[in-house]
Formats: sequence, structure tokens, C-alpha cells
Amino acid sequence: MTAVPLKFYQVGSFAVGNRLVDPEQRSVQSDTDRTNAINSGHRACQGCGEALGARYALDAAMRATDGKLVAVNATGCLEVFSTPYPETSWQIPWMHSLFGNAPAVATGVAAALKAKGRTEVRVIGQGGDGGTVDIGFGTLSGMFERGDDVLYLCYDNEAYMNTGVQRSGATPPAARTATTQAVGPEPGNVFGQGKNLPLIAMAHEIPYVATATVSELRDLEAKVTRAMEIRGPRYIHILVPCPLGWGSASCDTIKLARLAKETGLFPVFEAVDGEVVSVSKIRHRTPVEEYLKPQRRFAHLFGKNPRPDVVARLQAIADRNIKRFGLLDEDSEEAQ
Amino acid sequence: MLKQVEGSKAVADAVALSRPEVICAYPISPQTHIVEALSAKVKSGELTPCEFVNVESEFAAMSVAIGASAAGARAYTATASQGLLFMVEAVYNASGLGLPIVMTVANRAIGAPINIWNDHSDSMSQRDSGWIQLYAETNQEALDLHIQAFKLAEELSLPVMVCMDGFILTHAVDRVDIPSQEQVDEFLPPYHPRQVLDPDEPISIGAMVGPEAFMEVRYLAHAKQMQALERIPTIAEEFEREFGRKSGGLIRPYRCQDAETIVVALGSVLGTIKDVVDELREQHLRIGVLGITSFRPFPLEAVREVLDQADRVVVLEKALAVGIGGIVAANVRMALSGIRIRGYTVIAGLGGRPITKESLRRLFLEARDDKLEPLTFLDLDHELVEAELQRTRESRRSGPSAENILRDVGAVSARIGW
Amino acid sequence: MFQVRIHGRGGQGVVTAAELLSVAAFIQGQHAQAFPSFGSERTGAPVVSFCRIDDHEIRVREPIMQPDALIVQDPTLLQQVDVFSGLQPDGYMLINSSRSFDELGLAEFVQGFRRDRLLTVPATELAMKHMGRPLPGAVLLGGFAAITSLVSFGAVAAAIRERFTGALADGNVAGAVEAYEYVKNEIQELANAQAG
Repeated sequence: MTAVPLKFYQVGSFAVGNRLVDPEQRSVQSDTDRTNAINSGHRACQGCGEALGARYALDAAMRATDGKLVAVNATGCLEVFSTPYPETSWQIPWMHSLFGNAPAVATGVAAALKAKGRTEVRVIGQGGDGGTVDIGFGTLSGMFERGDDVLYLCYDNEAYMNTGVQRSGATPPAARTATTQAVGPEPGNVFGQGKNLPLIAMAHEIPYVATATVSELRDLEAKVTRAMEIRGPRYIHILVPCPLGWGSASCDTIKLARLAKETGLFPVFEAVDGEVVSVSKIRHRTPVEEYLKPQRRFAHLFGKNPRPDVVARLQAIADRNIKRFGLLDEDSEEAQ
Repeated sequence: MLKQVEGSKAVADAVALSRPEVICAYPISPQTHIVEALSAKVKSGELTPCEFVNVESEFAAMSVAIGASAAGARAYTATASQGLLFMVEAVYNASGLGLPIVMTVANRAIGAPINIWNDHSDSMSQRDSGWIQLYAETNQEALDLHIQAFKLAEELSLPVMVCMDGFILTHAVDRVDIPSQEQVDEFLPPYHPRQVLDPDEPISIGAMVGPEAFMEVRYLAHAKQMQALERIPTIAEEFEREFGRKSGGLIRPYRCQDAETIVVALGSVLGTIKDVVDELREQHLRIGVLGITSFRPFPLEAVREVLDQADRVVVLEKALAVGIGGIVAANVRMALSGIRIRGYTVIAGLGGRPITKESLRRLFLEARDDKLEPLTFLDLDHELVEAELQRTRESRRSGPSAENILRDVGAVSARIGW
Repeated sequence: MFQVRIHGRGGQGVVTAAELLSVAAFIQGQHAQAFPSFGSERTGAPVVSFCRIDDHEIRVREPIMQPDALIVQDPTLLQQVDVFSGLQPDGYMLINSSRSFDELGLAEFVQGFRRDRLLTVPATELAMKHMGRPLPGAVLLGGFAAITSLVSFGAVAAAIRERFTGALADGNVAGAVEAYEYVKNEIQELANAQAG
């Protein structure tokens, strides 16, 4: 991953600072010649993390493949808001088949291109956490196992958002959803459930697995670009906060994505052939409360009947991630 | 070239000759020999350029075919029974999107109870999915229909299901004429898609369609099948010109012209029925048999024309619409609307129960004498059925029916016939 | 039409035998149809396969209930399965055994049939001798060619060579040759016994 050390003198925010960087190193989105693979006019909610992530990821993929890309989309928010009948916001070849088969359809597209000797055209399969972690799990694993030449992007907003915020296999513990309500002795989603898809992808020993968030968009672009240099099954899991489903302010999407990383709840890393090769270190270690409080899906942990015990369990998960992935610099104060 | 080969291998040869570009299938009895033969052809390099994808489920099989077809490749898969059900969502998706995939259905019963033997319940369950459905009478026709199917599918942009009786045809070794590559190439041109995922001309496929347009989109699917009613006989004629034999078409009447009793059936049982028809004709019975090759689209007019002057129609089918009776019979009845005719439905051969000439002879004579019930289950063992019903009357915890009946049937040893 | 039914156990090549017989008929320019009984096929379980031979297209698909010939690949089935069911009075039978019909306890049974058409041949032993494997199917067909004039030995041998290659083909053909001789001999002895 290319990293350009920059010193921010006066910016005072986390602005990308494209003006300070060589043209070749600027973000794809800053390029007026970018594809706009998913064009404006789509019907995503205000502050939608998925729309943001998809835009960055796909334009980066289009640049990396010289515009030779086909996208296969699972049913879900992205598919629905990007193709409101009779319009489409896609400016690339794009297909939607079913909820659980995006990886398999992508495999089919890749096989067809190979049979036709058009392997310069690359294939992306993409879907939400529901379509990837749950109903699409079988077809995803099949695609990984066979070594099919597909980059799969999972936009994880941690629930079935399009159908009304129901719990998925990616919903974090204690989160309120329409099917894991904040009632009873164990309000919200149950502890001890859920799948870690990035780790499962690594267990398949595919050439490239990475996680990313929409708070570090250059990082997302770089990871997609790197993935496109590789042939075979690749998987990028992108955390995309959903203001509606998370009950957060639409202006907090990027901030929450950053907090997910900085608390350690969402480790950001890369893995090659099943081994972690690089990690995005936590810059300022943050207690999980700061991440949880701005989200109404965790409101039942605070307020009138607070659950510091549950918060502590979430903190323990964060601490475990930090240790497991080495998310803190050994020399930093936070690590002491 | 004449060969004595297993039906599955003949079909694999026909599919390979049709130059598929992507083959993706999940193994299920009794389709396995077809896909095994094809995988060997791809792996050895005999069939090229072609990608053979070993998918992880039937749902994946149809999905891979969908992606491949959308990307402009000629795509093929095969399944049966439970496998067909497992891919149903994708089956409807393929026809809804208008992708010309060809799929072999090696007809097998659907469980529970699990049964690997032949009947038509699988393909019948998908009769309304929008796929064209063609039923092969012999292994020769099975191989011929696959070649015709690719042509038909690609012309109309509709997927086609070629149905052949599992085990009875797939695992029977018969004499077949396998065409040459030149003949097939002459008949079947390369695939030029109506819609294709191409970076040079990007399009979106798979939009959501709301109340404003759904009726129209679905009407067009029906209209395409109506077009198929014209194309199927024409393609069969073109096939005959190129390959020198009759195969396919909408229906196949046999000795129906002056028949008082006409039997209607699909698939391999037609062969056995024809032998019985010939024998009864020797005894001066005016009986004939109408084979239906194209079940979807259903050739209402053609069927009506043949059955019109008969006194009675016996629909013999290998599927059951539980709760009402016959499936094919209901479709045939529709063809006869307004015509006064005696109609009998006979459910036969479920789960691989052999249909014997002797039983058919008895059945047709009873029909001729109008002694049949409107709905008959051929060769049903009423004692077994009554015993189980009695068990259920006597006790609440009567146990699983299938197991009870099997126990009554006795030891599992090879029995001839049934 | 000539109908042959073959009985054996899973793993003995019962299905292959029916196929080979159909290929032999094909080689002779006839129509033939071969198919298995589709029972629960597992090694050791009773299996039945069928072969019909005719000069014109065969349309019927029912199991063979009135065979013109029976081939029994495994004599242990004689007590367990009604292998003889439906055999025509002038039907042929070939049993894989080194014992005679009397020794097999079938003396009574043979009364209803033509004695000169009921024969045994030690096919498994011949298979072991020529191939080192207990696969009597193709070997039995060599014997079968000797009983009826339905398929010539040449056609049987050609069918074997189409299906198998190398040592397996040679072994099967050699075994079939010996079976053919054995059965021809047996028929001769029966004829002499009847005449004498």
C-alpha cells in the first residue's frame, strides 16, 4: 500500500489534502476524468456510507482496470437505490440477479470472459453484509474455493437495512435491530454470535483479503487498486455506517467509521494468502463509549437503565482485536 | 455416426457439439453421467474454448449460468429433482431476464419421501417458471432436442429445459445417431446476445420493475412463448432437413386419425404405449396415442385438433397435482374447452414404478369400456394404502407413513417389475 | 425381440454385462436396449440388468418380466431372489458356477424347461485365471454366445475390446473364449447323454 508521509500544518481536520500531493498520488475521486461508475442521482439516504464506499471503490477499480470492468450486485440497498426504475445510476456494465448469488453470477461472468479470451475485462461482485455473510455465504465460499478471478466487495452496515433493519450475521453484539430489540434481560443482539467474514476469507487462503472503512477513503482506493493487480479471488470488507439503521446523524457517517477503527472494534488490515501482512494502526486509542453513544441502536446501554456491563463486554472485544491484530504501535503511549 | 451408448453420454456429445462456452453443474442422480462426460471433454481439451465450473450447489449452478449468459457466453447446466428445486429462485431469474440458458432435467421424483427414480414431478413443478419445456421420447430425441434447444433459446432469448426420463433414458444404452460437428455448426450459429455485459457498451441488467410496468414485462414473456409455438415446429423442420430425421416439434400423434380412444402422454412411456396400441389395434380397437413434446408452451390448438374427433381421452401422466389430480390432464382439458368428450386421468409411474404393457393393456380396455374412474392411480396397492390408513385411525402416534408402508412391503430384495 | 435378464450383485459388472451384450448386438447391425434395474446399488446388494435385442427399433421400456434368457452371475442369489420369475419354457439359462444344475439343488426346477438350454460355467474362476479379478460379466457373455446364436462370439469379443483396453481387454476376451469352449462342450455332453 502506497503511503506518503504528510505533515498537516494548518488544516486542523482530516482533510485529504490532495493539493499537497503529486498528481499521480491524488485520490481517484479528485480526478475530473474519473468514471463516476455510480453516478449522482441515485436514491441513497443522506449520509449513506455505502454510496460513499461504492463510489470510491468502483472508480478506483475502473482506473485500475483501464475501464474494463463488469459489476455484479446482490439485492440490497446499493442495488435498490442505484436502479430506481426506470433509471440507473451505473455507467459501467452492471447486473443484478438475486440476493444470495452475486458471487456465483460473478463467477459465471468471469468464466464467460475467460472462454471468450477477454480476460483483460475484470469482474467485481458486490453486496451488503446480509447478501455476503448470510444468504450469499455458500456461493461466496464456492467462489473463493475454486480460485475464480473475482474481486468481491462487502459493504457492511451490520444489518439488513433495505428491508427495515433486521439482524444479520454481521450485526455486532448488543446492537438493536428490528429482530433483536432492546428489551428483556439481554437487550439487542446476542453476544457470542456472528461471523467474521474477513477471517473466514483468510481461512480460504485466497490471494488478498482486506478490511477498510469509509473514513479512510484513500486507503480504500489503494486497497481496491492493489486488489486489481492480483488475479484470483479477492475480498474487501468495507465498514459503511448507515445513519438510518444505526440511528446516527447523517453527518456522522465518516466520524463513526473512524471511531470504529480507533476503538479497535473494526480492525483495518490486509492479508495475503491467509496471513495478515499489514495493519492500519490506531492513531488515538478511544474507549468504545465514544463510538457507541452517537448511535441510537446502542442507546439502551446508556440513559435511564445503563448497562456498563455490556459496554465492558464490547470493550473487551475491542481490546482483544487490538491485541490480536497488533493495532497499537508498541512505542505509542496508548500501548503502555 | 451410429453409436451404442448410454443416453447420458449421447446427450453430453450433443451438448459438446453445440459449442457451449460455460458449463456449470452440481452432481445429482441421475444426471451425473452427463456432466461427468462433459467435464472430461473440457479437461482433455476436446471441448474448447469452454470453462467447466464445479459449483457448490444447484443454486450456484444456475447463477453461474446466468452470469455467463449475461456476459454473452453459451451456457449449459443440468439437474434433477431436489436440485431443480434448490435453484428455483434462479430458474425464475433466468427466464425473467431472458437469458438463453439450456438445461437438461433428468426427470426424477421430488421428496419427501426421498426417491431417486423417475417421474415428472420435478420439471412439472417448474412449468410456470417461464422456461420452454421439451420432453424427449427416446435417447435419440434427447440428444437432438439439446441441439434444437440452443437454437430456439438464442432466437427467442428464453431459457429451455430439455426433459428426459431419469434412469429410463439417461442410463439406458441405446443405438443413437450422433451428428457431426459440421452438421451442428451448419444448424446452430454462434450466439449473438440481445443483451450483454460489455465495457464498450455498458448497460444495467436486473432493474426493479414496479406496478407501472411489471404487467407489460410479464406479458412479453408470455408473448415470447407464443412465438415459440411457431418456432418449435419450424426448427424441427430445419433439423430434419439438416440431420435427416424427425425430432422435436410440438406434438407427435400415433395412429390417432380414426381413433375413438386417444391416450396422451409425455416422455419415454410413449414407446411402451405405442407397442400396446399396436397390439390392441390388431384386436381391432380404435386406439391411438398423442405424445406431447413441447409442454411449455402448451400447444393448445395442435392438441385440440388431434383429440377433437375422439370419443375419449386418457391422459397418462407421471406427476400428480396433490389435492386435485392431474397436471397434464388439466392442460389437456383446457385444450378441449367447449368440446364434449370423456376424459380420464391416470397417474402412473410415480417414483420410478414401472409402467408395464400388461397394466396398460388392462387400463386401455377399461377406458374403452368407460369403466375407469375420472382419476386412477395405476397399479396402486390398495391393501397397503388401507393398512396405513387403518394405522392412522387407530393411533395418534402412528409413526412415519413411508417407513410403515415399506415395512409392510417386506424385505428389500431385488424384485422384478414391482 | 429377444429379452435377456442378468442377475448378480453390485460390483460384479452386471450392468456392464448388459451393456456389452447390447454393443455386441449393435456390432451385428441389430437394435439393442440395455438398462439396469435402478435398485439401491451398493456393493454386494442384488442387482438386475436387462437387454433387449431386435431387428427394428425397440420402443418398449418396461422391465423384462418374461425373459427369453437368464444369466445369473452370482449363484448365492438362487436362494434369495426369484431369479427364474417369468423365464419362457424354452428359455436359456446360464449360471456362473462350477457346479452342475443338480449340485446347485435345481434338479426339480429344470423339469419344466429344455434341459439342453440350462447351463453353468465357472466364470468367476475363469476371470480370476485370465484377469486376476472376480469379474465374471464379460466372461459369461462368451458362454452366452455358445448357448444361443443370438450374438456371435466375434461380436462379443469386439464389444469387449471397445469397452476395455490393454491387459483387461485381453484377459476378458481370453476368459470369454474359454467360457465359450466350456459351454460348447457342456452342450455337446448333454446332447450325447440324451442320445445315449
